[in-house]
Amino acid sequence: MNQGIWPAVLGRFEWHELPFVRAWENPTASELIGAGAALIVIIGAIAAIALITRFGKWRYLWTEWLTSVDHKKIGIMYIVLAFVMLSRALIEAVLMRMQQAAAISTPGFLAPDHFAQLFSTHGTIMVFFMGMPFLVGLINYVLPLQIGSRDVAFPLLNSISLWLTGGAAGLMMVSLVIGEFSTGGWSGYPPFTELAFNPGVGPDYWIWAVTLSSIGSTLTGINFAVTIYKMRCPGMRLMRMTLFVWTTLCTSILMIFAMPPLTVATAMLALDRYLGFHFFTNDLGGDMMNYANLFWLFGHPEVYILILPAFGVYSEVVATYSTKELYGYTSLVLATAAIALLSFTVWVHHFFTMGQNADINAVFGIATMAIGVPTGVKIYDWIWTMFRGQVRFTVPMLYSLAFMMTFVLGGFTGILLAFPPLDYLVHNTLFLVAHFHNMLIPGLLYGMLAGYHYWFPKAFGFRLNEKWGRISFGCWVVGFYLAFMPLYVLGAAGVPRRTQGMFDPIFRPWLYVAGVGALILFAALGSLFVQLWISIRERDDNWVFAGDPWDGRTLEWSTSAPPPEYNFAVIPHVHQRDPFYGAKRGNSYAPPTSYSDIKLPKNSVTGPVIGVFGAATAFGLVWHMWWLAIIGVMAIIATVIARSFARDVHKIIPAAEVERTERRWLRAVAEATPIMREVEMTSANQGLAEVSR
Amino acid sequence: MKVLRGWPLLFAMPPLFLLSGCDALKLGVVNHAGPIAASQWHLYVIVGIVLVFVAGPVLLLTPLIAWHYRLSNKYSAFRPKWNFSWTLEGFIWIPPTGIVIGLGFLLWHYTHALDPYRPIASNLPALEVQAVALDWKWLFIYPDQRIATVNQLFIPVDRPIHISLTSGTVMQALLIPQLAGQIYAMAGMTTQLNLAASRSGVYRGENTQFNGDGFQNEKFNVTALPSVDFDHWVARVRTSSHPLDASAYAGLFKQSSPPQPIVFSSVPQHLFQNILAQSKEPRS
Repeated sequence: MNQGIWPAVLGRFEWHELPFVRAWENPTASELIGAGAALIVIIGAIAAIALITRFGKWRYLWTEWLTSVDHKKIGIMYIVLAFVMLSRALIEAVLMRMQQAAAISTPGFLAPDHFAQLFSTHGTIMVFFMGMPFLVGLINYVLPLQIGSRDVAFPLLNSISLWLTGGAAGLMMVSLVIGEFSTGGWSGYPPFTELAFNPGVGPDYWIWAVTLSSIGSTLTGINFAVTIYKMRCPGMRLMRMTLFVWTTLCTSILMIFAMPPLTVATAMLALDRYLGFHFFTNDLGGDMMNYANLFWLFGHPEVYILILPAFGVYSEVVATYSTKELYGYTSLVLATAAIALLSFTVWVHHFFTMGQNADINAVFGIATMAIGVPTGVKIYDWIWTMFRGQVRFTVPMLYSLAFMMTFVLGGFTGILLAFPPLDYLVHNTLFLVAHFHNMLIPGLLYGMLAGYHYWFPKAFGFRLNEKWGRISFGCWVVGFYLAFMPLYVLGAAGVPRRTQGMFDPIFRPWLYVAGVGALILFAALGSLFVQLWISIRERDDNWVFAGDPWDGRTLEWSTSAPPPEYNFAVIPHVHQRDPFYGAKRGNSYAPPTSYSDIKLPKNSVTGPVIGVFGAATAFGLVWHMWWLAIIGVMAIIATVIARSFARDVHKIIPAAEVERTERRWLRAVAEATPIMREVEMTSANQGLAEVSR
Repeated sequence: MKVLRGWPLLFAMPPLFLLSGCDALKLGVVNHAGPIAASQWHLYVIVGIVLVFVAGPVLLLTPLIAWHYRLSNKYSAFRPKWNFSWTLEGFIWIPPTGIVIGLGFLLWHYTHALDPYRPIASNLPALEVQAVALDWKWLFIYPDQRIATVNQLFIPVDRPIHISLTSGTVMQALLIPQLAGQIYAMAGMTTQLNLAASRSGVYRGENTQFNGDGFQNEKFNVTALPSVDFDHWVARVRTSSHPLDASAYAGLFKQSSPPQPIVFSSVPQHLFQNILAQSKEPRS
């Protein structure tokens, strides 16, 4: 492989880069697990291709989904991606928990290098390829509907963002089959990730996967912010927007300002590794402290990029299922904006232990605590929203309640960590791991799942199975407590994070409990898939085509479920907050006086092409296949130029078709029986709410 | 009845479990053995108590209000348009702000008092130790005693210890949870850590920053001895005739996890400064 033409073609690829070859040469449990994972990826890909071919769905997939620029379809594709990546990263988490429970004063079954790849991919995926796609997907679906718009501001850019993220996620999957991943953790700290210490392909996979996705996220942030500024329907003043739109706006602004430092940091690390620069090396004037600052200048706002949309979901969910207006709207808006602003002032708390003086640490510690105030205000605002309401314990509401109580515990340990002298003791330990999972599982995952259950009927036209939703919810909550509370204890006892082996048998009971917790979390994910399967099978009992299964208050519920491609036959005029709540008390289901043609953007292959060539470029760079990298970059540039000459980029939906679609929906509404809230979780729910005037 | 037989055991499990769990905490700051860790634990307790009063209301109110205002409760008030109250607003903004301001003062004070760079007040001069982070071991140099150890730190009780840290490789972090918090060790740079032990004993020290395949084994024992015994130990090491010569030095920089601690009876002069300077040079 390293003679003649081969190095020019295959770069630094060699046979033993394949996990199968490694497992053949050295059949340990660790290598076999690696080969097994690679096999699952390959079989999964083949099975998907075979199924699509078997059912002849290639054309449908291509024209209806992959090339679509419809925000609703893009949103759904993002969420599908998030679930696929969540499955992988959760399996990795279970493996790590099992390893630590097994490796008490023994080597366990995973080699240190394999374990290090697992925690690196787990973190990278959960942040960039589970959390981000999930929230971007939800926002994509809901945002235009909530502001009374037909699409986002830049539909094509939206598709490009999706495909960049998808390409990067693909690169993560490829790293399972060809080569290896970084061992430097999700934060990729140099000098450990520099050439001098890690010459392999691992850190390069990490760099390019993160770079691609960070570019995608920056573009997404711009897209959402412009959408909110420019695409609101008449009467939708800023202070009439839903809280979900407000949190989206703050998240988008954070994306615009926080993603570039990450892109810069990974690009500089790439310059070090590829062109012999010395930004972060030990020698010749490099300084890794610059990396730490750049990375966390992104990393801390990123936490709020992840959490704010979930806060938005909770605001929608708590108000809807408390049958009541949101308490303290202005207060919540101010708190959201305050959190977004403060999130840029606390990044040093990720490295209190780097030796800066006490003044600096104290200032950043106090700033960190200050974020607790607006966050606490939000929690109380949700409590007062339930106050004097009629609370319905549906699955999204259960997630919201579990979030409020669990998140407070995470805030508790967060304030402890904000004290630099206390951080010195538990920084880099499992206590820290427990803390940020305690923030992100309720603050991100529960919120995303609440949103998934809440808006699923809107997106697909039928409700999800309630029983399996509750089983899954129970597993997510019980599993979380069992898996992470022990880590607080272990961290307080000085067990570092990212450790492949345990040094003291005294930790055994805690590790076993955490291991059981991880298995329950896995069962929680399994239950979600069971729920989806059962819900699809039982869909005929649960149609909510009329579109308003939860007695919703905001504009997205004023359309059919699923909404037509153009969202609104007539762009709504808004006169108050919670516009649909008011409209339902007027004549919201009256047909419009006239229909007109609707202009929508046409499908485009630009997104898929850029995503695929972006991933190919990254793959070429990882393996030093320079020809591939060059072709990839040229192809992307050519695509962008070619697209700029395209003139025929719109399609017209004729008024007659709009009228047909709307009439079908209005007829369904007229035929549906309005229901009381007591039976909303039964088949009686056809998506029409009984309205008390 | 047969089914029930296991139950007493099941109920006995949690207390037993907690009991064995407390043993784990003995390795941490709860079981502090020096003035710095003692103050840190003290601070944990203060902040913890304050936070109980911050988190408590949410933990109580959330389930209570959700349950009381459930849809099926026909006796609870229902005001679907009620959305604001200045009183409640004051209640959720002002006390938390006040608590954070109060905690801010506490934080400012303790961050300065427990600054790892701050020398510990004492009648005795501090014992100088230079720690070098290596893959995957710690080299401790006693510059005044002209000895060195690997993966083993002996210190006298009741005397301040001043540790200067650097790294001969990637970034690492030195943590001895029963004595003090951690600080990073970075190549070409020096960081500092002041600590002291107030009772004799053996405490665990470790690197907490992942640095490769031997990371999980990078632990060492810190042995705190009465001053007299410490001097005996130094004298014994000096006579052990195992100097840190060129070959031993080269061996240290190879990636390895030494199975046993190592002692060196003498060290070259300015070893620490040389390692600091060396890491600035280009790598071969």
